[in-house]
Amino acid sequence: MAFLELAALAKTYPDGTRAVKGIDFAAAQGEFVVLLGPSGCGKTTTLRMVAGLELPSAGTIRLAGADVTALPPSARDVGFVFQFYALYPHLTVAENIAFPLACARMPKHARDVAVANIARRLGLTGLLQKKPRELSGGDQQRVALGRAMVRRPAIWLMDEPLGTLDADRRLAMCEFLREQQLAARVTTLYVTHDQEEAMRLADRIVVMKDGMIEQVGTPLEVYDEPATLFVAHFVGSPGMNFLEGERVGAGAVTLGVRPESVRVAAEEGPAGDGGTPALKGEVVLDEYSGIARCLHVRTDAGTLVARVAADAPTRLGARVRLEFDPARLRRFDRASGRRLS
Amino acid sequence: MSALRVRGIVKRFGAHPANVALAGVDFDVGERERVVVLGPTGAGKTTLLRTIAGLETPDAGTLELGGVDATALAPSARDVALVFQNFSLYPHWSVRGNLEFPLRAPGRALAPAEVRERVQWAAALLRIEKLLDRPAKHLSGGEMQRVALGRALVRRPKLFLMDEPLTNLDAKLREALRVELLRLFQELQVPVVWVTHDQAEALSMGERVVVLAAGRVLQVGTPREVYLSPASPAVARQLGQPPINLLAVERRGDHWCAGDGACLVRVAEVDASRVGDATRARLGIRPEHVAPHGGETQAEVAVVEDAGPHRVLLLHFAGGALHVVVPRDFEAAPGTKLAPRFDPRHALLWPEELSPPREG
Repeated sequence: MAFLELAALAKTYPDGTRAVKGIDFAAAQGEFVVLLGPSGCGKTTTLRMVAGLELPSAGTIRLAGADVTALPPSARDVGFVFQFYALYPHLTVAENIAFPLACARMPKHARDVAVANIARRLGLTGLLQKKPRELSGGDQQRVALGRAMVRRPAIWLMDEPLGTLDADRRLAMCEFLREQQLAARVTTLYVTHDQEEAMRLADRIVVMKDGMIEQVGTPLEVYDEPATLFVAHFVGSPGMNFLEGERVGAGAVTLGVRPESVRVAAEEGPAGDGGTPALKGEVVLDEYSGIARCLHVRTDAGTLVARVAADAPTRLGARVRLEFDPARLRRFDRASGRRLS
Repeated sequence: MSALRVRGIVKRFGAHPANVALAGVDFDVGERERVVVLGPTGAGKTTLLRTIAGLETPDAGTLELGGVDATALAPSARDVALVFQNFSLYPHWSVRGNLEFPLRAPGRALAPAEVRERVQWAAALLRIEKLLDRPAKHLSGGEMQRVALGRALVRRPKLFLMDEPLTNLDAKLREALRVELLRLFQELQVPVVWVTHDQAEALSMGERVVVLAAGRVLQVGTPREVYLSPASPAVARQLGQPPINLLAVERRGDHWCAGDGACLVRVAEVDASRVGDATRARLGIRPEHVAPHGGETQAEVAVVEDAGPHRVLLLHFAGGALHVVVPRDFEAAPGTKLAPRFDPRHALLWPEELSPPREG
């Protein structure tokens, strides 16, 4: 049975802006669900409605079997982490983290153990007696995370909690979040515009655009079987390549192929597997990422990106032939942007 | 001749020794070279750019621009353009007005036809021709950053200074604009100093990377050099996603082994030039240089992350954590037992660090 259930949920602001246009989805108990989309897609508004910080214009929210649509935040048993941390400036780091436990009347000894544990996991042990103003922004953010995660509410709600951290801390924090969540089995709703973060964290991803849901699926489902052109482009770094030009029956079709499914061969080399579609072009950009390279190849059908091994021999300016495995091609209806089977 | 020579630059804020923002920085930028300065928050990156631009006066050291000593030159006389992360445009002016502004500065006095020509040229390069008559306040974040860059382009400066120009943009937009700017700079063949804390940006944008930490240069090299042959664990940690694995090791007979006795690589197969005869060292290995099978020590999968083109496994291994990159169809779940094997050709050894890396 669904633990969190949104039904026909909508939010229209007084100025007429339709931030969320009637969305439905459900999360199981213990599931980690990421709301993913660009700025203005309605993901934060959705989260704030679940939190009780915004009142829906229509629809219902059910949490743990109860209709909470009209309940105030304090009556919902939710734990928040926001991008802009708000710590109590007069309390130490340890007191800040222990605060929700003190409110829940946990005995002092148990509180100290819980705080010490989470501080160790977050690398805050040496900072426990400091005041927030003595900490860097990144450290304050970690204290806010610790404070939110020390307690186990019905649901954790997180709005870009890693937004202000440097890239190298983000990955460690992602793993910390995931491990804590797996251990605590607290249902989590997490908002981000960063598809890599979404892939890394989610059991399921809800991809949003213009106040609507484009697709709900596991990270691999949205990556491998995108429901729309938008999802195909938005998920993946870089996103799917698109090729226009094939006509099947009534409508125009757009073909999509992931950069790692584009093979790069010498222009005049031996042909690939029989019948493999191919395109010729010139390498106009070579992006190194350490683990791999992305070659941008200009062809008659537009510029395509191929992900190749870091030590692949192809160089900038080379003439190449691009080959596609037909099994890895995805077909979309160009007019509607929807995936064709 | 180099576009920029930085020698021994020191910058302090206040007298306290802890307030040293730059502690003697040296590097060069070639005539047509893109150099990325990579470092975490607080490394001194922005102070360095501001010093090059003349907005800060160094306490020691020299700067040369195009072979001429510029250490004491006024900012306006340096002919460098600085692009900030928070695109500072005049909100009520049109895009055209914003682009023309730097060409109307006193002492520049370009002919109106020349102003028009340069604005058109920059707008075409940045694909913002259709926006020229729109007020700046009605632009999206990505469009604003293009206009901010356009304002630098129209001046045709001797050197571009980019201060985290993509940091305030959404991930997807950042990726698109990064590709566009790389193409643009490649086409224009102008010297650029690009500052960032994003290692992916550094590896893809830079022809050379200056790795900075706490006001000091840790290494200068091509992206491949700093990624594959980092001079120290501190450099290694700044590059790579997922991050490099670092383990304390000691030599036992023919092997380098982890603290709990797990033997990782054969002494004869790894480059030990940085550690000499030491019997204790720090071993670094990138997650893509660890195979999931074929080693001698058992490990257990803790987390499986699908990153798209590949999977990342977080293993409990030798008393610590180990990241491994595997093909996307590799079968694994939390609890799966593996025996990871390190590729000795890519194992890196450094002298033991005096202070252990921060936990977390």
